[in-house]
Amino acid sequence: MSAIQSTTERRPRPPKRRSTRLQRRQTRLAWLMLSPALVLVALVALYPLGQTIYDSFTNRQFLEGIEPTEFVGLQNYRDLLDDTIFRDSVFVTVKFTAITVAFELVLGLIIALAVNSGFKGRGVMRAMMLVPWAIPTVVAAQMWKWMYDDVFGVINDGLLRLHLVDEPVAWISQSSTALASVAAVDIWKTTPFVALLLLAGLQVIPNELYEAADVDGTSKWRQFWKITLPLLMPAILVTLIFRTLDALRVFDVFYVFFGSRLDTQTMAIYTQNTIVATGDVGYGAAVSVAIFLIIGMFVVIYTTFVRVQEQ
Amino acid sequence: MKQFSMRFVGSVAGALALVASLAVAAVGTASTETAAAPAVKPPNVPNAKALKAKYGGSSLTFLGDGPVGKSHTRDKLLVAKFSADTGIKVKLVPHPADSSASYSQLARTFSGKSSAFDVVMLDVVWPGAFAQYLVNLKPALAREARAHSQGIIRNNTIGGKLVAMPWFGDFGILYYRTDLLRKYGYSSPPKTWAQLGTMAKKIQDGEQASNPNFYGFVYQGNAYEGLTCDALEWLASSGGGRFVDNGKASINNPRAIAMMNLQRSWVGTITPRGVTTYQEGEADSAFGAGNAAFMRNWPYAYAKSQTGPVKGKFDVTVLPRTGSNPSVGTVGGWQLGVSTFSKNREAAIELVRYLTSAPVEKFNAIYNSNVPTIPAVARDAAVRKVNPWLKPEIANVTRVTRPTILGTRYAQGSQIIYQGLNQILNGQDAKNVLPGIEQRLNRLLPR
Repeated sequence: MSAIQSTTERRPRPPKRRSTRLQRRQTRLAWLMLSPALVLVALVALYPLGQTIYDSFTNRQFLEGIEPTEFVGLQNYRDLLDDTIFRDSVFVTVKFTAITVAFELVLGLIIALAVNSGFKGRGVMRAMMLVPWAIPTVVAAQMWKWMYDDVFGVINDGLLRLHLVDEPVAWISQSSTALASVAAVDIWKTTPFVALLLLAGLQVIPNELYEAADVDGTSKWRQFWKITLPLLMPAILVTLIFRTLDALRVFDVFYVFFGSRLDTQTMAIYTQNTIVATGDVGYGAAVSVAIFLIIGMFVVIYTTFVRVQEQ
Repeated sequence: MKQFSMRFVGSVAGALALVASLAVAAVGTASTETAAAPAVKPPNVPNAKALKAKYGGSSLTFLGDGPVGKSHTRDKLLVAKFSADTGIKVKLVPHPADSSASYSQLARTFSGKSSAFDVVMLDVVWPGAFAQYLVNLKPALAREARAHSQGIIRNNTIGGKLVAMPWFGDFGILYYRTDLLRKYGYSSPPKTWAQLGTMAKKIQDGEQASNPNFYGFVYQGNAYEGLTCDALEWLASSGGGRFVDNGKASINNPRAIAMMNLQRSWVGTITPRGVTTYQEGEADSAFGAGNAAFMRNWPYAYAKSQTGPVKGKFDVTVLPRTGSNPSVGTVGGWQLGVSTFSKNREAAIELVRYLTSAPVEKFNAIYNSNVPTIPAVARDAAVRKVNPWLKPEIANVTRVTRPTILGTRYAQGSQIIYQGLNQILNGQDAKNVLPGIEQRLNRLLPR
């Protein structure tokens, strides 16, 4: 980690020098070697992004010939401002993101610390914990949907037998428990991934630090706060960025659980509904651009935080 | 570290194998298709020899019915027969059970100019939206079209082109348990929605003592096309209009509000709370397993329910109404069209000719209780015998159509309707939801 830091740290700029011929040749070579990758990025990322931004200023429809595509200026964005369904979907998504990322981080950290502590059979444990993450999301979601069912679901059956509830709870159908139910599935599924990332971070912390702390008689609790957590910070930040961006784009679990139900619609489901299900590409593109900006906002917040951390 | 990673990889591989087997098991249990021995066989292809000489060895892809009830097995049998007789290979792909998802699938396929499907199945409200991607069948099938109900032929004729042939019709009917009605002292099925509510409550209260999974009434309450169909029946049979009347959205009216709030009050009391996530399949599973007294569904469920525990214990009738309003049934039904991107148009048309012929419609009606679109087939004694819902008292019920005036914007309009009504079923007051639906519908309507 320290090696990376020293290269990225800003140092006082050296006096300006005219680049040598060798340097120039190397720069040229670098661009040449990079160009295939750049072309690929332009094709798969920049071109669709540009097309989406362009479409967001038109009334384009999914099926051709329904009505001629025309420029409508900022009309789509003006409609977006009054669109309560979109506003609700942003709210649902952010709430879901906050809940899942918080739980996944805490649980993932606990699991990572446990697996890192070196107990018997931790090899098996490490493999087992990846099982939820390795199941295709749609399959897992359908499985959970059946487990949550109010008539034949195993969760209600268990709760009834334990006398924790008096009558079956319609976990998915009722609005009050719907978001918590779907968040639980995401947490179950993604905590292993978080644990794995954090485990990788834990394993690069040198053991000598803990040995020294032990010699000094520092408590385990203090060791965690003074050694583990600060040194794990880079890994935690990377994990947070990964998870937040993924959670903001969540689609599959919600699609399986709720279809196009309104009170649990995420931003991604709303875009899919607008563009594919109802064929309104122009407006859907405006929604996509808005989502792009919202996610971009989170990225800026995190990267600023990373930079502050580094300095 | 190295040792760790090797062992790690090994155990991950083991875990993945476990996961794969889990996934397979899950897929295995997901199929609810009942494989009952067919009492009837698919008819022969009449002009088989000529077809074999002309198109034998070529291949087609048919986007057929979803795995609901016996519909997919029906398609399998028909396609196998057609292939055996003509030598034309047909790959059968079932469309999603949720017809809104099915619409999106077709929209994606057509807008991508894909030749993936040659023959496609179209809901009765779609010909307008997809007309430009469908082959005009008039030159080849004009004679055959004359045998079908002319109302559907008109529906499928867009700008003078016959873009799809009728395959089977559909309309909503009420399924009820004759044994339970008798047990609780009722001599006839409910005539009004209020009666349905009372009867469902009484039967449910009695039956839940021995079967905690028993509910009074099941229907299609999920936020998808099926709810638009069910709700159209609730409103139109209660004087609440047909969503759009005289070119203007009409859904926000006192009777519609009263009816929707009545339905809301039933969710979780005489229906399972989860009915707001039910599609056709969930409803027919509950009724077919003997866990419901009443069900609203399409006629296909009649044949399907003949194979389970409720065999011989149920009957069908028209849906209830409110006051002096007529009972109604939403017009459903499926058409077959040929994609303009098909690389094998002529052979595809021959498959459509076979599937929409009178003998096949008769097979469909007997095997899968599909509503014939050829009146002569509907009058056939053998068909009548196994499909009591074809008797005039039921089959002549007032039919109501979904707001096709929305034209190419139909999918959008229907989504506004079913999303809003699903919110009501999930607990919101209709008074607060219907004005929003009406306003958004009006924005879509041609002015």
